[in-house]
Amino acid sequence: MKDFVIPGHDGAPAFDDRDLGTPARRSNRTVTLTIDGFAVTVPEGTSVMRAAALAGIEIPKLCATDSLEAWGSCRLCLVEIEGRRGTPASCTTPVAEGMVVHTQTDTLRRLRRGVMELYASDQPQQGLAGPMNRGTPLQRMAAVVGLNAVRYKAPEGGRMASHAEPADNPRFRPVDASNPYFAYDPAQCIVCNLCVRACDEIQGTFALTIEGRGFESRMRPGMAGEDYLSSDCVSCGACVQVCPTGSLMEKSVIELGLPTRSVVTTCAYCGVGCQFEAEAQGDTVVRMVPWKHGKANRGHSCVKGRFAWGYATHRDRILEPMIRESIDEPWRVVGWDEAITFAATRLRAIQARHGRHSIGGITSSRCTNEETYLVQKLIRSVFGNNNTDTCARVCHSPTGYGLRQTFGTSAGTQDFDSVEHTDVAVIIGANPTDGHPVFASRLKRRLRQGARLIVIDPRRIDLVRSPHVEAAYHLALRPGTNVAVLTAMAHVIVTEGLHDERFIRERCDWEEFQHYAEFVSDPRHSPEATEALTGVPAADLRAAARLYATGGNGGDLLRPRRDRTFPGIDHRHGHRQSGHADGQYRRPGWG
Amino acid sequence: MMRIFVPRDAAARALGADAVAAAVLREIAARGLDATLVRNGSRGMVWLEPLVEIETPQGRTAFGPCAPADIPAILDGQSDKALGPVEAIPFFARQTRLTFARVGLTDPLSLAEYEAHGGLAGLRAALAMTPEERIATVRDSGLRGRGGAGFPTGIKWATVAQAPAPQKYVVCNADEGDSGTFADRMLMEGDPFCLIEGMAICGLSVGATKGYVYIRSEYPDAIAVMEEAIRIARAAGLLGPALLGQGPAFDMEVRVGAGAYVCGEETSLLNSLEGRRGVVRAKPPLPALEGLFGRPTVVNNVLSLAAVPWIMAHGAAAYRDYGLGRSRGTIPLQIAGNVKRGGLCEVAFGLSLGEIVHDIAGGTASGRPVKAVQVGGPLGAYFPPSLFDTPFGYEEFDGAGGLIGHAGIVVFDDSVDMLEQARFAMEFCAVESCGKCTPCRIGAVRGMETIDRIAQGDPEALPLLTDLCETMKLGSLCALGGFTPYPVLSALTHWPEDFARTRRAAA
Repeated sequence: MKDFVIPGHDGAPAFDDRDLGTPARRSNRTVTLTIDGFAVTVPEGTSVMRAAALAGIEIPKLCATDSLEAWGSCRLCLVEIEGRRGTPASCTTPVAEGMVVHTQTDTLRRLRRGVMELYASDQPQQGLAGPMNRGTPLQRMAAVVGLNAVRYKAPEGGRMASHAEPADNPRFRPVDASNPYFAYDPAQCIVCNLCVRACDEIQGTFALTIEGRGFESRMRPGMAGEDYLSSDCVSCGACVQVCPTGSLMEKSVIELGLPTRSVVTTCAYCGVGCQFEAEAQGDTVVRMVPWKHGKANRGHSCVKGRFAWGYATHRDRILEPMIRESIDEPWRVVGWDEAITFAATRLRAIQARHGRHSIGGITSSRCTNEETYLVQKLIRSVFGNNNTDTCARVCHSPTGYGLRQTFGTSAGTQDFDSVEHTDVAVIIGANPTDGHPVFASRLKRRLRQGARLIVIDPRRIDLVRSPHVEAAYHLALRPGTNVAVLTAMAHVIVTEGLHDERFIRERCDWEEFQHYAEFVSDPRHSPEATEALTGVPAADLRAAARLYATGGNGGDLLRPRRDRTFPGIDHRHGHRQSGHADGQYRRPGWG
Repeated sequence: MMRIFVPRDAAARALGADAVAAAVLREIAARGLDATLVRNGSRGMVWLEPLVEIETPQGRTAFGPCAPADIPAILDGQSDKALGPVEAIPFFARQTRLTFARVGLTDPLSLAEYEAHGGLAGLRAALAMTPEERIATVRDSGLRGRGGAGFPTGIKWATVAQAPAPQKYVVCNADEGDSGTFADRMLMEGDPFCLIEGMAICGLSVGATKGYVYIRSEYPDAIAVMEEAIRIARAAGLLGPALLGQGPAFDMEVRVGAGAYVCGEETSLLNSLEGRRGVVRAKPPLPALEGLFGRPTVVNNVLSLAAVPWIMAHGAAAYRDYGLGRSRGTIPLQIAGNVKRGGLCEVAFGLSLGEIVHDIAGGTASGRPVKAVQVGGPLGAYFPPSLFDTPFGYEEFDGAGGLIGHAGIVVFDDSVDMLEQARFAMEFCAVESCGKCTPCRIGAVRGMETIDRIAQGDPEALPLLTDLCETMKLGSLCALGGFTPYPVLSALTHWPEDFARTRRAAA
């Protein structure tokens, strides 16, 4: 993890970290309404809750968050709307032109306090005011609605129904501490479903559910008899992040207490580039929380960035500069000035003795773009040569070659948000749920919305079939035959006339394309001709090619490992050509 | 050939109709009679079940309630169970049977008999209409949702018809869970083709090609009859790729609930149909726009859909001519509890509650004075005799602090303790709550405990109960939590003496 930017500091823009309650809506039309006397104009389809939040009016809420669709269960966000009966929930009520909304009335105050009193009547006594007060939204809302007392009590000779009272209570379930990183205390659960919805909608793992009904309802991971660890949970932490009570809590927070400051940083575990807020007490990291403004992760995380930061305080970590004259000497701890001077002097000496080109610099793929940039700057400007490289360049040289040959530049064609517009996704040789889990979650979300998936891989990766996601086609090719498979796909697209001539004429040299089309149209490239070689049934390959060509916006995700051979370069080239032939690049959702 | 009718209706069977039917078959065989047994639906006079009918040139003669031992005397023409012509029995004679016209009259699974008694005329009429005419006919009839909410059926259909979508659905809510209601069951068991025809007309009118009947698991007979009727209708070409061989495609299937009252709430029902947890969805989006599998969906009660064939066949005006105010047409009342004559009675809207309780139901079975009448199921208000002049209609009952719901009427005599009834309302809510929203999930349980405190004479409990009722009524997500305060507060309002306990009295 590397410091990236501190919003609001050193000229960096401040980000709005308010939770607006419900997701943004895109619309060409706007609606103007009045909330507590203020005129508010928002896109059509926006919730009353979000409109109010945008106008600076916070409506109490417990089951709503702007990363999940509205659910409407906590009943704190009720409002009054002139001309409408009852007290609708502002999270599930869309705005309407001319609507007049009141978020604070005597009735609403009574209702919110009444609901809060019910919540409080089934919470551990030490939860709302005592030692377990961790400033949770539940505790804050109890204060916001002015809950002063809980009037519910047991009838004489009886006891109150409770999930919180441990003694002689069949409803009581002990804390589930099976997950290494967080604990689940059912006694504090308010059944807001945020955890279940986050697991479903954001992470796409579907590990959590609500068990029982009515008063007996309670979140449970996995099936009956399972705990968090034995369930399908992948420890992405999304459930913990949305929990408005102390029910789901990072063990580090339980142990250390709440953090007091935070710094935005970028996770270096994989190439997705998720951004986090490193939350700390002094210089002690308490937790890593995915940053909602991170462009790659949009507030989501995987287990690595979220929880696997033990290295930050690992005893093997080098915390001070060390130098030594020769390899047979022990390391000697020195100050920064001495270390830098030592390094500069020695590097200059090498150059003086062996020439300007005698030294260079290589950066790790774990480095951020910014760090790699600084190193090459040092090499070029200070050392005066071009001896610089990065691991990522080595891994991706086939990618770069293919993209440069096809497009003239070796940069990615899309950002991660683009997946939200994809209609057909093609995954070749990548296993995103393992390798790039946060991107996989975003892709799965799109697939659940109806996008289709083609997996080209000898392996049966998780995305071929996982909860509520199934690949339309899994072309389980023999290793090393990827170029043949992609050429066969291009064969189908070209020979069946599925390519977009207008698109190609606008963007490519038409004569060159015809040359390419003639090449791939050769019967020896047909799926039938290559089936014996690739092991991919010709009918499946044809169907997949047709889907790719006609199924809407196509995007593909490739992983370097399959590109490290020269066929990989051809493959990249071939794939880009077929994508181009089909008109699938450089538009949102394509590429 | 003589036809002898013994109902196959579940209520009749519960009262011994199967043994009576077996006795009929034995006697036919023993006497070598040229007679057949028909298992018809119930005429709705449950206090007379098992009701045996014998077809004569003068019409059908009724005998009941019958035991197997009564059958020889009936066939000998000397039974003391003779009731005369069935349609002359006063309870039956005063009814206006539009929706239930064939229930009890025909063999429920004979499509030929169904047609012979006016069946399919509605669908044929609808097929001859333009799409606009179909919707207009339903709208102009004044038909409103018979499940309880009373939403105008024509407007719902028009919303679905106008929603653009590649697929639409018709869902029939047959999760008849209100205590004291049984009209849906009786119709499905007694005239299943009527519901099929109503759903087909609905599909035709809104552009839906697929229908689902969601039947509660507690109705095994209704499930079996509906499944068989759908199979027959499909084999006869009524359902399938072309309605009656000439219309657009429409097919349907039965789906069985899993024992949750709340799945009678339309959005929970849709979740259950989709294989999800049966919890309520927030509205909007309306099911008419985003319903089953996210597609525009008509969700109608059995009685709403079963009223449609008659409306299509006879015209909107003929239906609208019945009723009062904004409550048009007929309502199948279901009378139960402590009454002399319980059962199903289809009448035009507008009878007073007192007429229903005293004239139709004959007062209490116990002979004691009526104390309270709960109308509209377990979430309906309790009415005292002082409100018996309330006419039976949606707005009229709303104005009296109640609701007609699914038109179930449960009568109690003066031995009932209204505090116990209020507690039962909370208990029912606690047992049946889906657990999604807080006022219902926690409130119902706290309501039981608070009423227990009232019973013990705790003076702080009564104001807490009224506060809780406000939270539940205005704060709940659906009608289960939102209407539970109706029976509680009506009991408290009309019978405050039942809540005025002292600690001494409780001791």
